[in-house]
Amino acid sequence: MIAAAVTRREPSSALLYVDDVTVSFDGFRALNGLSFYVDPGEMRAVIGPNGAGKTTMMDVITGKTRPDSGRVLFRDRYDLTAMDEAAIASIGIGRKFQKPTVFPQHSVFENLELALAGRRGVWPTLFARLDGRQRRRIDEVLDTIGLGAERTRPAGTLSHGQKQWLEIGMLLIQDPELLFLDEPVAGMTDAETAQTADLLRGIAGRHSIVVVEHDMEFVRALDVRVTVLHEGSVLAEGSLAHVQQDPRVIEVYLGR
Amino acid sequence: MSLSPDAARTSPLARIDRPGQTFLLLLLATAVAVPVLNLAVPPSSPFHVPSWLVPLFGKYLCYALLAVAVDLVWGFCGILSLGHGAFFALGGYAMGMYLMRQIGDRGVYGNAELPDFMVFLNWTELPWFWHGFDSFAFALVMVVLVPGLLALVFGWFAFRSRVTGVYLSIITQAMTFALMLLFYRNDTGFGGNNGLTDFKEILGFGIQADSTRAGLFVASALALGIGYVICRLVVTSRAGRVMMAIRDAESRARFLGYRVEHYKLFAFTLSAVLAGIAGALYVPQVGIINPREFSPASSIEIIIWVAVGGRGTLVGAVLGALLINYGKSYFTTVEPESWLFILGGLFIAVTLFFPRGILGSLAGWWGGWRAGRRAARAPAPAPAPSAVEEPAE
Ligand SMILES: Nc1ncnc2c1ncn2[C@@H]1O[C@H](COP(=O)(O)OP(=O)(O)OP(=O)(O)O)[C@@H](O)[C@H]1O
Ligand SMILES: [Mg+2]
Repeated sequence: MIAAAVTRREPSSALLYVDDVTVSFDGFRALNGLSFYVDPGEMRAVIGPNGAGKTTMMDVITGKTRPDSGRVLFRDRYDLTAMDEAAIASIGIGRKFQKPTVFPQHSVFENLELALAGRRGVWPTLFARLDGRQRRRIDEVLDTIGLGAERTRPAGTLSHGQKQWLEIGMLLIQDPELLFLDEPVAGMTDAETAQTADLLRGIAGRHSIVVVEHDMEFVRALDVRVTVLHEGSVLAEGSLAHVQQDPRVIEVYLGR
Repeated sequence: MSLSPDAARTSPLARIDRPGQTFLLLLLATAVAVPVLNLAVPPSSPFHVPSWLVPLFGKYLCYALLAVAVDLVWGFCGILSLGHGAFFALGGYAMGMYLMRQIGDRGVYGNAELPDFMVFLNWTELPWFWHGFDSFAFALVMVVLVPGLLALVFGWFAFRSRVTGVYLSIITQAMTFALMLLFYRNDTGFGGNNGLTDFKEILGFGIQADSTRAGLFVASALALGIGYVICRLVVTSRAGRVMMAIRDAESRARFLGYRVEHYKLFAFTLSAVLAGIAGALYVPQVGIINPREFSPASSIEIIIWVAVGGRGTLVGAVLGALLINYGKSYFTTVEPESWLFILGGLFIAVTLFFPRGILGSLAGWWGGWRAGRRAARAPAPAPAPSAVEEPAE
């Protein structure tokens, strides 16, 4: 495997450990000595003004961008900075991009079927059949994302919010240990936003989740530990109420 | 179609949908009726099918198989191949070479060793690539192998370098065009401009005999039926759903871990093999194969059949091929000048007004009508408005 064994020096309880990561684009430091960690089963919200480096942080963790320096350790064993996107996905790190892309002509059920973990070659899929366990797994996820009643509907006819949930379901069904969601409620109605918060609270615990979001109502509804990024490093961390009282946070972000 | 998709796709038989079953039954009836009405019913009877019609119908069936093959790649995998005529022609040439060898010393020059056109070119020995074609079995292997290998190699390069969309269409056109130029040359060794013709026998049976023609007709119907069933089983498998996923959102499919190029290569190669078989059955029934089959226009015509019949429906491809080729036979005898205009007009009209083709539109109306009836029967709230259209199957 590509995974490099690394000597244990960090607090071994963390699932993900981002250590002093720096990324520059043409001299501009998008990430500047960023360090933070995520515990197993924890849900974390990441906020910060535009350009704070939130998406860049996800890019580094999911293998899209290589950092100039620093380390990213997953499960204390894998050095993610040395792995490519596919390898990182295969060890249990899922990522939802901002724009939902589902397969519009396929039913909701079939979208989940295609996302189901399993062999991906032409021959195995040519003769693949869903067994009882896999069906139950799909039903379970349909239930979690609240689309049980829409299972036979073509995904292209879903509302924007439903498509986002379906896409979250397509990630969940692969049972990732760590899930990254970039602005999952952008463009959703208030009701959909509230439902998404419920959905995420429901799956937290079984998966670690990192949510990047601008919508403060949503972050409040999640009711989890918040990390505030600013100019590529962590400015404050704690409950939303706590960071909202932090004068530095008010100055750079909330107060504007 | 009303069955929940996850429950229906269990036994292979259940995967042939209603239009497919209807089509297979009609095909079976035709495969029995045409030979019987030709061979067993006396010419004086109004039910008699004249002998000249049998190979004409057989030719339509070959075109229908070719259309099914194109629908597999275009309708389900999103690969707009404008070069499928090449695979059809290669299968045809492989069969034509066998038929040429069967002529033996009955050619104009009476040369048992060489086909007439080689004698005419003053060649003294058979080119290496003609060896083996004395054997029918060998020719059949080549019918499958040559188009299949070409598709495999061509597709491997094209799909691996992620050539898609218009660019892919253009290089498929270039492929068939290059082959056309190659086959037009006398030196290439396939009869040049005239192609291969004047066949006498197939497997020892006179090629013009009514019984032979009936046999070829039945073989064509069989090939079409089997080809359809294979394609239907492929597109209703999970692999088929991956192909459609690639058609609709290629990078998303890749992101889910599917090797997109492998799926495309599989569909493209299977399709080329079916096209080759169609070509091989076509040649003994029309009695000739020449480089015009490689012309870019021939390949574009196939796309029109599929578009008119209904892309992504398989049965629609059959329907389109039959209707348009019947129209072609009719108009080219009545008013030869007008055919290309009619074909072009038809294509434009279908693209503008019936983008889902004949079968796709029918399925849409039928689904809408049934949904309407269900809504009328259901007492309380009507189901969500018509946005919920049934998947075209
Ligand atoms: N590929 C790149 N090349 C050059 N600069 C980049 C690149 N990617 C990001 N940046 C810059 O790095 C900074 C951080 O960008 P990033 O997208 O991570 O911010 P963000 O916190 O996600 O912001 P937003 O809230 O707007 O999504 C920005 O100033 C951005 O312009
Ligand atoms: Mg961003």
